[in-house]
Amino acid sequence: MPNNNELQDLVTQVRRDILRMVHKVNSGHPGGSLGCAEFFVALYNEIMELKDGFDMDGHGEDLFFLSNGHISPVYYSVLARRGYFPVDELSTFRLIDSRLQGHPTTHEGLPGIRIASGSLGQGMSVAIGAALAKKLNGDNHLVYSLHGDGELQEGQNWEAIMYAAGNKVDNLIATIDRNGQQIDGSTEDVLPLGDVSEKFRVFGWDVMEIENGNDLGQVIKGLQEAKRRTGKGKPVCVVMTTEMGNGVDFMMHTHAWHGKAPSDEQLATALAQNPETLGDY
Amino acid sequence: MTKYIDQGKQDTRSGFGAGMTELGRTNPNVVSLCADLVGSLKIQTFIDENPERFFQVGIAEANMMGIAAGLTVGGKIPFTGTFANFSTGRVYDQIRQSIAYSGKNVKICASHAGITLGEDGATHQILEDIGLMKMLPGMTVINPCDFNQTKAATIAIAEHEGPVYLRFGRPKVANFTPVDQKFEIGKALMLSEGTDVTIIATGHLVWQSLIAAENLEKQGISAEVINIHTIKPLDDEAILASVKKTGCVVTAEEHNYLGGLGESVSRVLTSNYPVPQEFVATQDTFGESGTPDQLMDKYGLNNKAIEASVLKVLKRK
Repeated sequence: MPNNNELQDLVTQVRRDILRMVHKVNSGHPGGSLGCAEFFVALYNEIMELKDGFDMDGHGEDLFFLSNGHISPVYYSVLARRGYFPVDELSTFRLIDSRLQGHPTTHEGLPGIRIASGSLGQGMSVAIGAALAKKLNGDNHLVYSLHGDGELQEGQNWEAIMYAAGNKVDNLIATIDRNGQQIDGSTEDVLPLGDVSEKFRVFGWDVMEIENGNDLGQVIKGLQEAKRRTGKGKPVCVVMTTEMGNGVDFMMHTHAWHGKAPSDEQLATALAQNPETLGDY
Repeated sequence: MTKYIDQGKQDTRSGFGAGMTELGRTNPNVVSLCADLVGSLKIQTFIDENPERFFQVGIAEANMMGIAAGLTVGGKIPFTGTFANFSTGRVYDQIRQSIAYSGKNVKICASHAGITLGEDGATHQILEDIGLMKMLPGMTVINPCDFNQTKAATIAIAEHEGPVYLRFGRPKVANFTPVDQKFEIGKALMLSEGTDVTIIATGHLVWQSLIAAENLEKQGISAEVINIHTIKPLDDEAILASVKKTGCVVTAEEHNYLGGLGESVSRVLTSNYPVPQEFVATQDTFGESGTPDQLMDKYGLNNKAIEASVLKVLKRK
């Protein structure tokens, strides 16, 4: 296991990757990606039990499904730096003939990806299916998923939330990225989500919270606690509060950077706030 | 012409149920999902024999499609079950992203397809599902014609890697294909050879085509009847070989003429060997309540309509 300083360096490097990826093609979603850097780094380097290499079935290892596929930059960066594919390939993000499509997909055979996502609200159902397959296969590993908070406005989530509790899918840890922002503004302005934790709780989930999802230590501790709560008859929900655009001062406290790339000047400022640690791609 | 005997009327959905029963006994990776329509899909025996491999998802078709996609990650072969309307239009984006684009090995099994759903009316009678499904890249689309063929198709698709849309119906119809016939995906079946006209039919209209061909024979018209159970991939070769002999075509399907089998056949003809074609299909309309026979009669989906179309297309040769 890497120590926390190494992981913190990885978080910073991932932030640089995200910024450079979206800047190069002048498109993509930096805000949510930056906000979830700690989560992805913790998940792939500290929390999940992973085999070497990649196969679609994922027998004998933990699985992860990203439901809010638009935060692909952070996903790609962390997968590459975990060794799923060459780090240099990050430079092809959103370019023609790339395996790194705007939203993640299995279609181009990118190792690490097990489902296409981007059309929102579908990932929890898929994660439940994978968790059910693990149970049928007698595989005690866990299934993790990540969902945007705004994404909970999609009705399919609530079908899935009801199903997982009703059928005791207790090998599933679904994390909600509670950054409070979506494209058109704050979630509470666009369509109020209210008390997300309470909603999951009354649907029958075991719910816990990570107060600061941009504190690496808290994220690791929280996810370790979530793991301990699995296997007890209830699916586990982690409501994780993050700051969209975290790590770049002018991208925080606003929804403006949900789906907008920085200019040359803005990139320079943003990178200066996240000095190179493990080497740029 | 070749004569076929009705072995006793049965519903094609029961053929699906029988196929699932057999798969339950022979293929441990097959799992079944249903959105609150177990009785309609005839899968109770599979459930009784394999309770751990059945997932009742409730009235939540979108979630069912996603769960099915997830189950394939782990090597399962999920068969989803609900009415055709709720198997396609209601969940198009879930099928598109989580199943088709993701290349998942899900079998979307759709009962009560078409107008023969009957009394429930147009809200439940989908006549657009073949079009919706055949447009999805990588999707195989199958519409078998009777009990035996539906059972064989159900068993065959478990061996096929990739997403499949399997369409079948509610009413009891003639069961005339051989009980032991091998089902080959994408391979048209020559039912009766003829020289004057080719009738290309799918689903419930195949039996109607055989009746029409018999009646035409009495009028001195030799009709070739082809059973297209697989609409995608379409057996272009069989279609072209036949029309090169007969010089005209009638297509017959329980589906809108837009987006159905007929249009797929037209595409093959215009690209290779243009000949006159008539369409027996619904004419860009919704259905309504009624008995299956009344509806097939009113919407021109029976042997009389096929006969009339044959006489019409012969004049255009």
